[in-house]
Amino acid sequence: IKEPIISLLSLTLPTESLYIRISRPCFLSPNRKLKISSFYSVFFHFFSQHFSALAMASNNGDVKLIGAWASPYVMRPRIALNVKSVEYEFLQEQFGSKSELLLKSNPVHKKIPVLLHNGKPICESSIIVEYIDEVWSSGPSILPSDPYDRAVARFWAAYLDEKWFPNVRAAPMAATEEAKNAAVEQLKEGLALLEGAYGEKDFFGGEKIGFIDIAFGSMLAWLRALQVMLGGVKLLDEEKTPGLCKWAAKFSADPAVKDVLPETEKIIEFAKLLVAKIKAAAASS
Amino acid sequence: MAKEIKLLGTWASPFSHRIELALKLKGLQFHYLEEDLSNKSQLLLQSNPVHRKIPVLIHNGNPISESLVIMEYIDETWQHQNPLLPKDPYARAVARFWAKFIDEKVLWTAFKAYNDKGKEQEDAIEEFSQQLKFLEGELKGKEYFGGERFGFVDIAAFFILQFLTVLQEVKEAELMTEEKYPVLFEWMEKLQGNEVVAGCLPPREKHVAYVRARRAAAEEAASKTKAA
Repeated sequence: IKEPIISLLSLTLPTESLYIRISRPCFLSPNRKLKISSFYSVFFHFFSQHFSALAMASNNGDVKLIGAWASPYVMRPRIALNVKSVEYEFLQEQFGSKSELLLKSNPVHKKIPVLLHNGKPICESSIIVEYIDEVWSSGPSILPSDPYDRAVARFWAAYLDEKWFPNVRAAPMAATEEAKNAAVEQLKEGLALLEGAYGEKDFFGGEKIGFIDIAFGSMLAWLRALQVMLGGVKLLDEEKTPGLCKWAAKFSADPAVKDVLPETEKIIEFAKLLVAKIKAAAASS
Repeated sequence: MAKEIKLLGTWASPFSHRIELALKLKGLQFHYLEEDLSNKSQLLLQSNPVHRKIPVLIHNGNPISESLVIMEYIDETWQHQNPLLPKDPYARAVARFWAKFIDEKVLWTAFKAYNDKGKEQEDAIEEFSQQLKFLEGELKGKEYFGGERFGFVDIAAFFILQFLTVLQEVKEAELMTEEKYPVLFEWMEKLQGNEVVAGCLPPREKHVAYVRARRAAAEEAASKTKAA
């Protein structure tokens, strides 16, 4: 019963929306029993889905992102919005101060990024990325569809945030050589784990970038900057992490990523300002 | 069928209790394996090589770690019974936010508030109080964090706050009281009164004794390193 419906409707609907419609789990899935009498309900269901997809494409609502160009956490929702081809207003915070809008939108943490969708705030970068994936579900998916694969993706994102990223901050700020080396060792261990988790395909997400790619890749510019700032330490290593080196090049070149990931030199400049600011604050307290 | 789902946990861990409750709410049969954290099983080490922590859910031989990740997995795999997360994307984002807040901020601030000394403790007490106010604010006017029915955030929050009342009893402190946080306490009582939820809690006295012993051991170890 699938064939006649698709061929009938393909006469009336543009191909792209037809593609979007079929790629979603839908009424026409083989697990559903379709009786002849339900032809008309399928027809109308199909039409209403098409119109809602069109409505979504032309009316994403008001989308704003509060953030800053240098923040890897902010890069995550920016990449996600690009994956979904959603236009947004990027409201950049001034370095060293927090806007009223930020404080009002994220009173609990007072941190960027914050996504404002039709005025409603969503906080925490991974949560924002999941929200983007769920709201703009007709776009390319960011999280995999299988629950186990999703659990694996969330696991790695949590690992990166809780165990790995803190060492990226700790390494340049380390007070002693010992502390610095310890942070670097932790980073290398983490990268070895990620190398192990990286499969045969181009990205962690498979053929296209996904949740883990975005979670990890958002740190790439800082990782590259760190290598320079630590005097040429090899974190991404052709010998030890060849997969990640290959992945890094592909990720940086991805259309959703390339305008978001800052140049390494710009991050190095910014890092110097940031380290100076933190040290000054520590000295005066 | 029972062997299809295994839960590696410990009787005293609030993270472990969350998963027990989630599985029970979904009406699932599972095989519970109590871990001895001083002597971790091969199964645990193999299933969670990165963190070597409980809880770990093993479904059809596939391990999942990190309690909130496990909860989402359970909710997505067994979608139809008792959904833990709401359907609306915005409501889901809000639920995930509060669960993360409890795990990353509230628990650790509470530890400092109860266990630290001096200025660090004072700052932590102030911060903990602010965090509890945020939680109360989120709960006000609702039956549960999840609305009419309890859900993701309630499960995440309940066992943590319950554990903190045990820690509070051990430390003989009064940071979380019914006077200061009436909304939170009313909510906790409601959940304590729920048979399925209460069934996932360890016996109170045993729990208090256990936490007391662990605190004493930790304090002794700390004073030894100071003396050394």
